[in-house]
Formats: sequence, C-alpha cells, structure tokens
Amino acid sequence: MSTKPKQDGSSNQSPPEIDLFATMALIRAFETRVAELYRDGEIPGFVHTSLGQEAVAAGVGGALREDDYVATTHRGHGHCLAHGMEVDGMMAELFARGEGICHGKGGSMHIADPRRGVLGANAIVGASLPLAVGAALSSKHLGQGRVAVAFFGEGAVNQGAFHEAVNLAAIWNLPALLVCENNVYAEFTDSRTMARVPSVAERAAGYGVEAEIVDGNDVAAVYTLTAEAAARCREGRGPFLIEAETYRWHGHYEGDSQPYKPDAEAASWRERDPLEVSGARLLAGGDADGETLERIRDEAAARVEAAIERARSLPAPDPSEAYADVFGEAEVPA
Amino acid sequence: MSTEAAVAPTRYIDALNEGMATAIEEDERVVLIGIDVGAGGGIFRVTKGLHERFGSERVIDAPISEMGYVGAAVGAAMTGLRPIVEIMFMDFVGVCMDPILNQAAKLRYMTAGALEIPIVFRMQTGAGKAAGAQHSQSLEAWFAHVPGLKVVMPATVADARDLLLASVRDPNPVVFVENRRLYGSKGDIDAAPLPLGKARVARPGSEVTVVTWGQMLRRCLEAAGEEGGASLEVIDLRSLAPLDIETILASTRKTGRLLIVHEAVQDFGAGAEIAARVGDELFDELRTPVRRLGAPAVPMPFSPDLESALLPTSKAISAAARALVAEG
Repeated sequence: MSTKPKQDGSSNQSPPEIDLFATMALIRAFETRVAELYRDGEIPGFVHTSLGQEAVAAGVGGALREDDYVATTHRGHGHCLAHGMEVDGMMAELFARGEGICHGKGGSMHIADPRRGVLGANAIVGASLPLAVGAALSSKHLGQGRVAVAFFGEGAVNQGAFHEAVNLAAIWNLPALLVCENNVYAEFTDSRTMARVPSVAERAAGYGVEAEIVDGNDVAAVYTLTAEAAARCREGRGPFLIEAETYRWHGHYEGDSQPYKPDAEAASWRERDPLEVSGARLLAGGDADGETLERIRDEAAARVEAAIERARSLPAPDPSEAYADVFGEAEVPA
Repeated sequence: MSTEAAVAPTRYIDALNEGMATAIEEDERVVLIGIDVGAGGGIFRVTKGLHERFGSERVIDAPISEMGYVGAAVGAAMTGLRPIVEIMFMDFVGVCMDPILNQAAKLRYMTAGALEIPIVFRMQTGAGKAAGAQHSQSLEAWFAHVPGLKVVMPATVADARDLLLASVRDPNPVVFVENRRLYGSKGDIDAAPLPLGKARVARPGSEVTVVTWGQMLRRCLEAAGEEGGASLEVIDLRSLAPLDIETILASTRKTGRLLIVHEAVQDFGAGAEIAARVGDELFDELRTPVRRLGAPAVPMPFSPDLESALLPTSKAISAAARALVAEG
C-alpha cells in the first residue's frame, strides 16, 4: 500500500493534510492542558495522555466515515477528538461535572459518545478488541457498511482478548480495523522484552489476517493506510491490522516520572514530533506557510482554553445522578 | 393467562428452545451465539433445530473462545443487536468475566444511559451428576453482587420459556441461569408474559417461609409435602436481581420464621443477603432466627456419594423447618 496521501489513484476523497494537522494540533493542545490541570489538582482520578501519538489518532480518524465505530483504550482522548467528539463535553467530563458528556460517571478512562460512534475509552487493557469485533458483527448483520475500529496498545497483545478477537474477526470475516499503537512501553515495561516476535503485525498472520506496519508519527501515512484498509473492510474482505509505530512522550499515567526510559531514546523520538513532521511537509510543499500553522495551533489552544473555562464554571453533579442509569426501564408486559 | 393456551406437558429443555425460537422469530436483532449451538444443537440439545430453522446468520457457532465471543456479543449489544450468548457451563464464566463484569454491567451507567446493553448470558449449573469441581458450581451470587446485572433462575418449565423471553426483551444485561438437573423435567407452558423480578408463592403454608430458587424448588416442595412435617410456604424467587423482597417480607410476616435454601455454597451466598434484609425489616416480628441451608464451603467432589452428602436434601429441609417450629 502507498504511504502518501492522494497519490494512490483511489477514489477516496482525502482531506488536505492541513486538516489532519489541525486535528493533531487540537489533540496536542487538549492533552498538554489536561496534563497540567491534572498536575494542579483540577482534574481528579487517573489520566493517561497521548502526547507524541497524535498522528495515529488524526490519521485514522480522518480516514473514517462519521458513522464508523471506535472503541479505544485508557489513552483515548485523541481518538475521541479525532472521531468528532465535542471538546466542551469532554473537558467537562474530565472535570467531573454533571454536564460532562457522561454526566461525570465516566471520566478520562471511560469517556464515550455512542451517538457519534465512540463506544468509549476503556480501562481494561485489551477490552476494546472484542467490543469492536462485536460492533463489526452488528454492522455486517444489519448491512450498514460501518467499519469498527479497535485501538489498542502493543501492551494489549499478550492478553487473550487480543488473540480471541482477531481470530473471531477473521473467521466471521468482519469489517473490523484493528489499530495497534505501538508506543514501545507497556505501562512501565519495554514491550520488546515481553514477546519473542519483533512486531505485532506478524502475529496477525497466525490468524490469517493481513497486517501492515506504518510510521505512526507520519499522519499522512497513517491516513492513507487507514483509508485503504477501511475500504477493504467495507468491500467485505474481512479484518485488517495496522501497527502504527510511535512513542509515548509522557509516563504511563500523569505523574509517572519514567525512570525506566533511556534519555537518548526519548529525545530521539521527540525529534520526530508528528506535528513537526507534518508541518515541515506542508511548508515544503507550499501547502501552508508558517503563519498559517501557527494560527491553527493558536486556534486549537483557544478552543481548549474556552472549554476549560466553561468546565470550571459548571456545577458539580447533583448527588441523585449517582443513582441514575444503572438499569434501563423494561416494558411492562400487558 | 388463559388455560386454553396450555399445551401437552413439555420438558424444561424444550421450553427454553421454544423461548429462543420465539425471540429469534419476533425480532430480527436477536442472534444466538455460543459453542456448538449451531448444527450441533448444543451439548445438552437446548438449541436443537434452531440452526436449521434460522440459519447461520442468526444462530452463530463460536470457537472455544469465551473471552472473544462473549466480549463480541457485548459489543454487538452496544450497537443494535440483542444477543443471546451461551456459556456452556457456569464454571467456564471464569475465563470471560471481564465482558460481563466490567463491560456489560457498567457501560450504560458510565455513558449516562447513552448505551443500552440488551444481552442475555445463558449458562447452566446443576450439581449432582458427578461432574466434579469445575462443572458443578452455582455462582449466581457473584453476579447479583455486581450492580447493572439482572440474575434470573427459572425453576419450572413455564418459567424457563417465559423468563427467557422476558430476559431477551429486557434492555439490560441478564445472567440467565438454567439448571441442567431440570432439563428433563416436565410441566405445562402457558406463554404468559412475565416481568422480571416477581417471585411466586409455589405452595402456600403457615408455619415456615422457605425461600429458594432453581432446582432446590423441587426439594423444598418435596419437603413441604412430607407427612407430619411443618406447614411450609415455599417461595420460588425466580430472580436474585431484581430481588422481590416484598413477597419474602409478606410471607415471613405471616409465618414468623424464614428458611433460605440454595444449591450454592452457603458462606457469603445469596441467602446471607436475604437473611440480612429480613433481619433489618422484621427483627421484632421474627419468632426465630433466620436459617440458611446451602452447600458447605468445599469444592464439589467427583464421587456421587460424596457429592450427595453436600447438597441439601428434602429431608434436611424438612428437618430444618421442624427445628424452627420447635424453637419458637
């Protein structure tokens, strides 16, 4: 598959790379501020940011249809934003307000917007895979042509849920797009020491599933591969696995000082900042000037700041909210 | 319900089969997923004929891969299907608890009601067939302890069908526990729609209220029919969650004595919860302490002789009831 956008002769209507850049800028601004707000005690609970991994979210999100499904992980803010979730509702949720998108009952690790196809972040490592495979089963059964994306980290692929879900997607020939964000570290542990095979992609072969490795810090490459893989899912050709190689800038959780990471390794990945990679290409190709890129980043920051101010102004949830939504009402038999 | 609707005696297993067939027929979103449920018809033949009738799009064979297919069924329930998913033995749920415990039970709540999870987890238990420690456990209390799950345990042929249909039509995740010792039992089906959460007075009585569920209902009814025994009012709970505490309280107010009988291990079991609730509400009205009768806290042994020594018998139930009457 090609790794350049708009040059593969396919009929996909590619968004210009500057749109993908804007999505990355929004994720960068959101995650940067969330990390600070967590440090300052304004956001409670646990927070896992995706700084450094923005190209995977933006590239995949940009290539999906609005009604496609996304099931993601504890590190899911970027995937949610890239699939169209509202910044205001997300920020209010992280602030644990009653007007948060989940009424303050989800938080960072369970943030979701099913109305937009976002089935949720998920705090159980590997859980996104079976759920997305089930969403793909629904899509196929109901003839909807929707693709279901499971985001997961390379730390999830030693869970049984990964293997069982990939096999099911294969034998049932489902429109499931399995996107592994390989950010090198499974929580605190170098994941290369936790498996004897060097890539996640080659595990897919064991289930008869095609897979491809992509530069996860190059948003255009991620976009192009996703567009082609989603198209083949929609054609009824079964699941596809993408392994996006990237790097987690921050700790497993905010507050993790990462003593386990070699300085040189972390520094070399920071040099391949996905926004810089894309920005340099936009400048070199004459698709944007420095001022435009700066403006996009400023606008993203302003949008996030406005969401923060709004979230700060919102009241805490009413205590009665804690008791709502455990069960749905059953129809009473006549 | 009309008596005309009653047909010739049916087996519990056929009532389940008919309930599933009705559910699949009446709603195109209903699918059945499980190991060997398709052309094989299920290891106990509960799904016999459904694959031939509805095809492999509606009756879906899964690999021996419970974490995968139970999780996928939850994902399907989140996105427009209404799966009935079969876990062959209740004991096997250990390998697929996450989709039930952390996904199905919580996703409606965590999304403030934006997601519905209409799914039925069918599983069966039933000690007393020398199936050993990994094929004989009654684990219903585990699920009743998790907010967001309903737990249903039909004890009669009619309920096998009607509660299954009510479970499929319910917009919530339901753990539906069949008892394989009842599969061959016979009774009438009446096709009466039932709400979940309504207990049934299976036999009226005056001296001791006996609360039970699943196959222990038969043992309790045998005890109630024993010559010279105490007068037992036997309540078939039908579901642990929702718990029909009102029916339990009303009967216990009348008799002043309560015995709870279940096949599951007694320690930390559902009987303890019921005893505590009745104690809270009726402390001054009880004539005696609330008693429980369940299996002792040991794994179920293989030998039929050892196994039968652990399960409550009708004689033991009857003796416990008589002892309560003697006590006060």
